[in-house]
Amino acid sequence: MKTIILKVASNYLLPLLLLFSVFILLRGHYEPGGGFVGGLIASIAFVLHAFANGLKTTQKFLKYHPGVAIPIGLGLSLFAGLLPMFAGLPFMKSLFFSQPLPVIGTISTALVFDIGVYLVVVGVTLTILFTISETVND
Amino acid sequence: MISNTIILPVLMHMLIAVLLIFFWRNVKAQKIISVAGNLLVLGLGIEIFMLTWNNGIQTTQAGAWRAPFGITFVADVFSSSMVLLTAIAGTAVGLFSTVGIRRERMKYGYFPIYHFLLMGLNGAFLTGDIFNLFVWFEIIIIASFVLMTLGGRRLQIGAGIKYVTINLLASVIFLTAIGILYGLTGSLNMADLSLKIAAIENRGLVNVTAMLFFTSFGIKSAVFPLYFWLPASYHTPPSAITAIFGGLLTKVGVYALIRTFTLIFVPDAFTTNVLLVVATGTLLTGALGALVKKDIRKLFSYLIVCHIGYMIAGLGMFTEIAIVGTLFYLFHDMMAKTNLFLITGLMTKIRGSGYYKDTGGLYKDYPRLSLIIAIVFFSVVGVPPLSGFWPKIYLFQAGLGTGSYILLGAMIIASFITLYVMAKCWSEMFWKPQPEENKKEPDNFSKMNRWDKTWMVGPIIMLAFISLYIGLGAEKIMMVSKHIAGELMDTGPYIKAVLGK
Repeated sequence: MKTIILKVASNYLLPLLLLFSVFILLRGHYEPGGGFVGGLIASIAFVLHAFANGLKTTQKFLKYHPGVAIPIGLGLSLFAGLLPMFAGLPFMKSLFFSQPLPVIGTISTALVFDIGVYLVVVGVTLTILFTISETVND
Repeated sequence: MISNTIILPVLMHMLIAVLLIFFWRNVKAQKIISVAGNLLVLGLGIEIFMLTWNNGIQTTQAGAWRAPFGITFVADVFSSSMVLLTAIAGTAVGLFSTVGIRRERMKYGYFPIYHFLLMGLNGAFLTGDIFNLFVWFEIIIIASFVLMTLGGRRLQIGAGIKYVTINLLASVIFLTAIGILYGLTGSLNMADLSLKIAAIENRGLVNVTAMLFFTSFGIKSAVFPLYFWLPASYHTPPSAITAIFGGLLTKVGVYALIRTFTLIFVPDAFTTNVLLVVATGTLLTGALGALVKKDIRKLFSYLIVCHIGYMIAGLGMFTEIAIVGTLFYLFHDMMAKTNLFLITGLMTKIRGSGYYKDTGGLYKDYPRLSLIIAIVFFSVVGVPPLSGFWPKIYLFQAGLGTGSYILLGAMIIASFITLYVMAKCWSEMFWKPQPEENKKEPDNFSKMNRWDKTWMVGPIIMLAFISLYIGLGAEKIMMVSKHIAGELMDTGPYIKAVLGK
């Protein structure tokens, strides 16, 4: 699909969608949203970019293979779960910072967990979709 | 007693798996991390077993959400001994895999997936929440599906389709049963369910739910008449993978059966009858299947099915002696079956063929190794004083005590057929002179260097010695089994440990 409208639009949509995905990720603590949906939106942004500009361009734009995000995300989520155990609390107990940060609000280990989920979802979805489109193109 | 340690076997495997993904292409680093990680979990397994043995049931509430609302992890002696045995089998197969699995498979994530599988197994043994159990089962299925099809040979894919289809069906039934159970009681915590199910008036509905659970776990643990997927799929992946499947995957189904049918659905006359009929069918069909197979891996697959029958039989008779027999058999079987498939891997490596008719002369070429393998073979048969013998005494005794003579007959027939089949394997593969055509097949084992040989034979010897210990040190294993049977029959302490009342 090489249309000029989509090509131009996707260049603007990519940062917007990524920003939106981060918004959804942060919103997820008390309201609908979270790492899973946020990750899906982020991967849609890249898939759209790939549609408009071709797979090669997107892969070059990403620099790293999207699969790299999988172990990093898994590691982050596991770390968030393990953290309270060092304090003698049960696995996955949510720890909160005592001081709220500006804009974001109070940070907890649940957010770290969610960021991990976000990364895993982006990694897995993009790896699957890129692999499929590569085999189709070949 | 609250203890955070009990969840560590699960988390440790996840940590290892994540680390391994970082070293995706570096096979050598993967081998080292995997083996070190397995040894670490083995240490943890021993520690948790000692903890539960000395201090009673340990619990931890994930996220500090209190039971029955949050997810509880519970380690009683039953769970912790399963975790320990899984760690032993996992270490052995992990070591064997470093040589027994092709390099190409390792490059496509064999080790990470292997550790995810072990994580799923440990999770299933330790969870105290029925929905969480479902989740662990899903992790096990996904991981095992990847392991089964890794390599992508046509035969493997075909077997994988059969495997995953029937197991997904089992998952659907499991999920339906959980839904009904939640509708009936409004709880998913197993200890809480135990109290709530006992108070329900409508026993018909409870029995239907129990049968749904039985069907689902029955498919997973391969009982009659739902076992057909097992011999159709277990012979296709490499031996190391089949070893972990044969040794542990069906046993997690048996574990789930024992757990739900002692804690939640205490068997009434109807349930015990169903269990006994199924056990008889499993024993006979499994044994007859093993009788006609020529490929040793298919043959051993049928033996898995056959020997699951003993465990279901013990559960069906539902007396304390029978449960002791079941547990002992479970422990013995996990070690022996894992080892059997490792041995098939080794023998295929030496002779280049898995059909016992085509091979022979192993005793002449490898006398000391054959002696070790003989121990395993005759442990499976149950020649006294080896490990398969002791649980059968208890099961036969329970059969006489409860007057289930048909089942008793089936158990004896299955024992004899196992003896016949194993003796035939032994005489064909070890005693018979090697056929001329087979001599042309390359001996891939003698070409390997000394270290590789050690990694291949070492795990087999290790498991053989554990089997030997289970047989000769039967008194200790019996003590553990009796302790667990006591725990299972009197669920009071379990419920108290989880709910705190």
